[in-house]
Amino acid sequence: MSQVQGFLDQLGARQPLDAEPSWIAARRQAGAARFEAVGFPGRKDEEWKYTDVSAIARQSFTLADSNELSAEQCDAFSIGIDAYRLVFVDGIFNSSLSDVDALGSDVTVEPLSRALADNHEAVGGQLGRLNNVDFSPFSALNTAFMGEGAVIRIGRRVVLDKPVYLLFVSRHHETPVMSHPRILIDAASQSQVTVIEHYTGDSEAANLTNVVSEVFTGKGAQVVHYRLQEAATSEFHISSLHIEQTRDSHFRSFNLNLGAAIARNDIVAELNDENAVCDYYGLFFGRGRQHMDNHTKVHHNAPRTFSNENYKGILDDRARGVFNGLVHIKRDAQQVRGYQSNANLLLSDRAEIDTKPELLIYADDVQCSHGTTTGQLDEKAIFALRARGIDEAMARGLLTLAFAGEVMESVTLPSIATRIERAVAGKLPDRFNLQDLVEAADA
Amino acid sequence: MLEIKDLHASVDGKIILKGINLTINPGEVHAIMGPNGAGKSTLSAVLAGNDGYEVTQGSITFEGKDLLEMEVEERARAGLLMGFQYPVEIPGVKNVYLLKAALNAQREARGEEEIPAPEFMKLIREKLAYMKMDNSFLQRAVNEGFSGGEKKRNEILQMLVLQPRLALLDEIDSGLDVDAMKVVAEGVNSLRGADRGILMVTHYQRLLDHIVPDVVHVLVDGRVVKSGDKSLALDVEERGYDWLTEGSVA
Ligand SMILES: Nc1ncnc2c1ncn2[C@@H]1O[C@H](COP(=O)(O)OP(=O)(O)OP(=O)(O)O)[C@@H](O)[C@H]1O
Ligand SMILES: [Mg+2]
Repeated sequence: MSQVQGFLDQLGARQPLDAEPSWIAARRQAGAARFEAVGFPGRKDEEWKYTDVSAIARQSFTLADSNELSAEQCDAFSIGIDAYRLVFVDGIFNSSLSDVDALGSDVTVEPLSRALADNHEAVGGQLGRLNNVDFSPFSALNTAFMGEGAVIRIGRRVVLDKPVYLLFVSRHHETPVMSHPRILIDAASQSQVTVIEHYTGDSEAANLTNVVSEVFTGKGAQVVHYRLQEAATSEFHISSLHIEQTRDSHFRSFNLNLGAAIARNDIVAELNDENAVCDYYGLFFGRGRQHMDNHTKVHHNAPRTFSNENYKGILDDRARGVFNGLVHIKRDAQQVRGYQSNANLLLSDRAEIDTKPELLIYADDVQCSHGTTTGQLDEKAIFALRARGIDEAMARGLLTLAFAGEVMESVTLPSIATRIERAVAGKLPDRFNLQDLVEAADA
Repeated sequence: MLEIKDLHASVDGKIILKGINLTINPGEVHAIMGPNGAGKSTLSAVLAGNDGYEVTQGSITFEGKDLLEMEVEERARAGLLMGFQYPVEIPGVKNVYLLKAALNAQREARGEEEIPAPEFMKLIREKLAYMKMDNSFLQRAVNEGFSGGEKKRNEILQMLVLQPRLALLDEIDSGLDVDAMKVVAEGVNSLRGADRGILMVTHYQRLLDHIVPDVVHVLVDGRVVKSGDKSLALDVEERGYDWLTEGSVA
């Protein structure tokens, strides 16, 4: 319990907001109380069976008191994309590095602290509606520290011209720090938006980032969400993403994990009305002793809702991966289609994957399937590439990228695809399987 | 350009090659014939650098360098390219990507710049047309779902793009229909040149009608039992292999 208390003691160090609404204090207290009651998850906890978080519990994290970052450093960390950008340094908003000036009046992209100060009632109803404090101990902890993050609202019928880019930079400190960002995405009916959450930072940083994101999609809204997790390999990354979908809405998640010592991502979608479509794409690439855990859930709560999930795990050295995917179809949710696939590639004998697909189906007229595979690179194919002059490291990289194929092909933002290709395969002469290359050949 | 001396090689402890001697001079085309299991593919594999095969004795010199000391990819970049008897399918890697990556690897080894995109496209289109392959092959994953004949054409396409100094062709004629045979043979003939060599393994005279060899070797039980000019292939076609091994202990 003292470990738990150590975390909660940091509440005293929290910088209070300028004008704090009373409800937020109550919620924080509820979060703290819940966290105090349950503590960190242990191995006995079914949801955390394969992921040992004692390395997090043992650590004493403080709260950062500076958001310093030069423009050059910021550029070096960022993915170089034309976007509406909010920058956070160790969880603290940095307004001079952010750029949302060109936004129209029916769109809001702002730090949570400002949203709370300007119009806290607008935030209060949604914040925490999809992520209850008992979702997980980390959600409770996040709620206890709730106060900063991002609020994104897209007005009716607005098709946002550029992605929203949330850059979270983690700095190296003598004593590691923790941050608990809170992200709210509210896409009104018929609107379209792409939001990128990007986590990166100093290579020696050893901080804890514990983020909760909630997404509300109006009728016919289309939301694309990227999590590009490139934290240093000594960092801890805990996230949970919750989505509520209404009629005809389309949500697409790209959960791309390259970093962190321990990464745990939860994604939960509620498909509440007809013709809601949800796609989950995931890629995790672990090396050294990295541990990457992805838990996904899709709840088909209404008839004629559709989900499609494709997760690829690539594990080298002694890295460990966990995939747990649930497709849940409620009673009377007829004519639902739910597909799930998880394929894993083990690049070393000592890498490990625990994969567990779950189907809970309470309706009878549904189409569902799931499948998992685990394999190694094809040595014959490596030889065939080398026999054409391609060096072994690149040959392995190309085949690894080929394995990630369908997920990578769906990543339509080149700046993100290139980063992943580079991480997985090193420097390549061209973008892998570059479409332009092929189109030029067709011309 | 290639000198094989007293080459012995084994696989999984089984001795397959038992003292091969063979020299290819620039400009020459050599054919190797021999019964099934004689060791022809083993010889090609050893030349290409497949590490499943252990060289227990002898030497191979390629353009003055010790070939056995070179990695698989170094051999390819130095211009020794193998056309496989059974080309491997590589799901997820587009043919066009392989061609570009391979060509650039070769150029980099020579200290040249990467090939500019327009130049590459021009080259590829020209070679595709030569092999009577349509552009859709570029978008497809390497050999995936290709017919047997298409795989063989694709091997030659790679050769045409990469322009080997010495091409090793293992049964490039097997599984080809009459027209494909002509296309493939034309492709191979275009690789001939005063400073280049070709070593091809085949069972059939049919291929040698199209690609006329300078030297024919007969390989039996891991040894070259006879070498001669193109007429040796005709003798083999007519009389089989027994007459060549009579008197020798099997
Ligand atoms: N891994 C292995 N273990 C044992 N024997 C092997 C192995 N690989 C090949 N061989 C044997 O080596 C011998 C030579 O095979 P190779 O493929 O070189 O013959 P080849 O002359 O190419 O025959 P073909 O005309 O049928 O293609 C064969 O007897 C084969 O069974
Ligand atoms: Mg053979």
